[in-house]
Amino acid sequence: MSELAPERFLPLPTRLLRFGLGLAVIVLLQQFVLPGINPYFARILILAEINVILAVSLNLINGFAGQFSLGHAGFMAIGGYVSAAFAVSAGPAVLAVLGASPEAPGPAPSFIVLCLGLILGALVAAITGLLIGIPTLRLKGDYLAIATLGFGEIIRVVIQNTEAVGGARGFINIPTYAGFFAVTLFMVLTLAVHWNLVHSRHGRALLAVREDEIAAEAMGVPTTRYKVLAFSIGAAFAGVGGSLFAHYNGGLHPNTFTFLKSIEVVIMVVLGGMGSITGSILAALLLTAMPELLRPIKEYRMVIYSLLLIVLMITRPQGIFGLGEFDPARLLWWRRARGAR
Amino acid sequence: MQEFLQQLVNGIAIGSIYALIALGYTMVYGILRFVNFAHGDVFMVGAFFGLFAAGWIGASAGANGPAAVVVVFLAAMFGAAVLGVILERFAYKPVRGQPRLNALITAIGVSLFLENAGILIFGADPKTFPELLPPANYSVGGVKISSTQVMTLAGSCLLMLGLNFVVYRTRIGKAMRAVSFSRDAASLMGIPTDRVITATFALGSALAAAAGVLFSMSYPRLDPLMGVMQGLKAFVAAVLGGIGNIPGAVVGGLVLGLAETLVSGYLSSTYRDAIAFVLLIVILIVKPSGLLGRAVSEKV
Repeated sequence: MSELAPERFLPLPTRLLRFGLGLAVIVLLQQFVLPGINPYFARILILAEINVILAVSLNLINGFAGQFSLGHAGFMAIGGYVSAAFAVSAGPAVLAVLGASPEAPGPAPSFIVLCLGLILGALVAAITGLLIGIPTLRLKGDYLAIATLGFGEIIRVVIQNTEAVGGARGFINIPTYAGFFAVTLFMVLTLAVHWNLVHSRHGRALLAVREDEIAAEAMGVPTTRYKVLAFSIGAAFAGVGGSLFAHYNGGLHPNTFTFLKSIEVVIMVVLGGMGSITGSILAALLLTAMPELLRPIKEYRMVIYSLLLIVLMITRPQGIFGLGEFDPARLLWWRRARGAR
Repeated sequence: MQEFLQQLVNGIAIGSIYALIALGYTMVYGILRFVNFAHGDVFMVGAFFGLFAAGWIGASAGANGPAAVVVVFLAAMFGAAVLGVILERFAYKPVRGQPRLNALITAIGVSLFLENAGILIFGADPKTFPELLPPANYSVGGVKISSTQVMTLAGSCLLMLGLNFVVYRTRIGKAMRAVSFSRDAASLMGIPTDRVITATFALGSALAAAAGVLFSMSYPRLDPLMGVMQGLKAFVAAVLGGIGNIPGAVVGGLVLGLAETLVSGYLSSTYRDAIAFVLLIVILIVKPSGLLGRAVSEKV
């Protein structure tokens, strides 16, 4: 698996420089490009970025660890509701400590509240993932898929019956603290965490579990621990996606997080290729933008998606990118020549 | 006590519908080790076939002979059987040699396809199923039983006996049992496994359609997404009883139906849809092979 050879370690200053540059690019985009573009496109872009977070985190579970989860919407819901509840209940107090007014907090205080809520949401999602994962990851394939689907539905029903977060009426008046900057930043962080994880020894252990569990176990890979690890990290980042969605959208409804939402994310992962981060990114962007492009024939959208899924499974079951990563540099001749050396 | 008995009757009625759908899951799983995710949507399409058949023969409110009821059932079952065979041929057969996950994803695709094609063709707004039987309530010791409940119980008993006959007393049933025991060995013995698989899909789909018509008689609102939840619950029923095990599917369906009506009767009806999944998770943790299933040890 040449794509997953250990990364060369870069010196810390280089990495910090890269991080700073990336941050600067996001701030510049936020300041100068975003005001210029149509709010409709900005909304699609932000939703696409949230979908990237969801797809990449599900890919860790379904693609890299080879465990088929159908409960991603449940974890997304947990992250969204927890961070929204945090912002609504504890947010004003935090803002007061920071010396900002709850009515019109500046960008920095609201970002801090968002981060606190997001971390809390991700933690609760991860713990739920852990609690769900320990018993269910003993199951294989179809059973695991149905059990996670069941948990996703149970989470939704519980939210629907929790009056404190609006119950079946939905959670409204969530402060909209997440804009392009926050969503992009967390998307990049998500990508960095997943990329580094799958290229580490832990990532190779996950691949071993996926390829042959028994062989992995025989080679000394603690398979259960790795499966639970992947499951809870994936759940945590689904929670991140959910809380960004909550703070971008300003409202949450339990019906957003049905089994169909999970399937939507699964389609992104499968289309991009199970085990390809870049594939998931492209598929998430494509599948968020496509409904907008196909608006004139929107009744056919889901029919087309479902046929796409069937045809894909029959003709190219590994997805567009399969296990490989899309590397723009590889398109250039010099990179290929160097690889051939 | 009387209320409890009433809940029991309602539970058995809905449970026998779950059992009929669960039979299709379990038969296909027994033969192919594959969860046909689209089975709930075959149930939905079957209900719509029943609706159309009722429309064609001009079934009107409450004034139909038994012949009309039989025609509606047969038409729905035949239509769904054809659909099941088509799905098997064009969607599932091409992925048969591939890893099981691919078959699962294909089945999810088929399920989404049927739902959304249903929305396009039938429309998203609910349709009303005509009353095939004159509405009547019989009282047995203070417990009310409606005519549709009697029909549900009688119909599902009849179908289950029929299935029992097919599986245990006919050549094709013997072949099915052989294929489910070992597909390779059955193939070596000259059993046309592809044809047996096709027959299994046809039989399972026909049962799902019958369940669809029975369900529509009790809950006469048909919409293209009605199969999602029923299908999932029936799958839970199949797992509960031990997937791949035919009597298990019936037991699982009844247990699930009873659990559901008792929970919504005595606790809270809003948790009705969650109880199935709670049961599923409990059984998967405690006894993954199901109530009647035998544990299969994994071969290395």
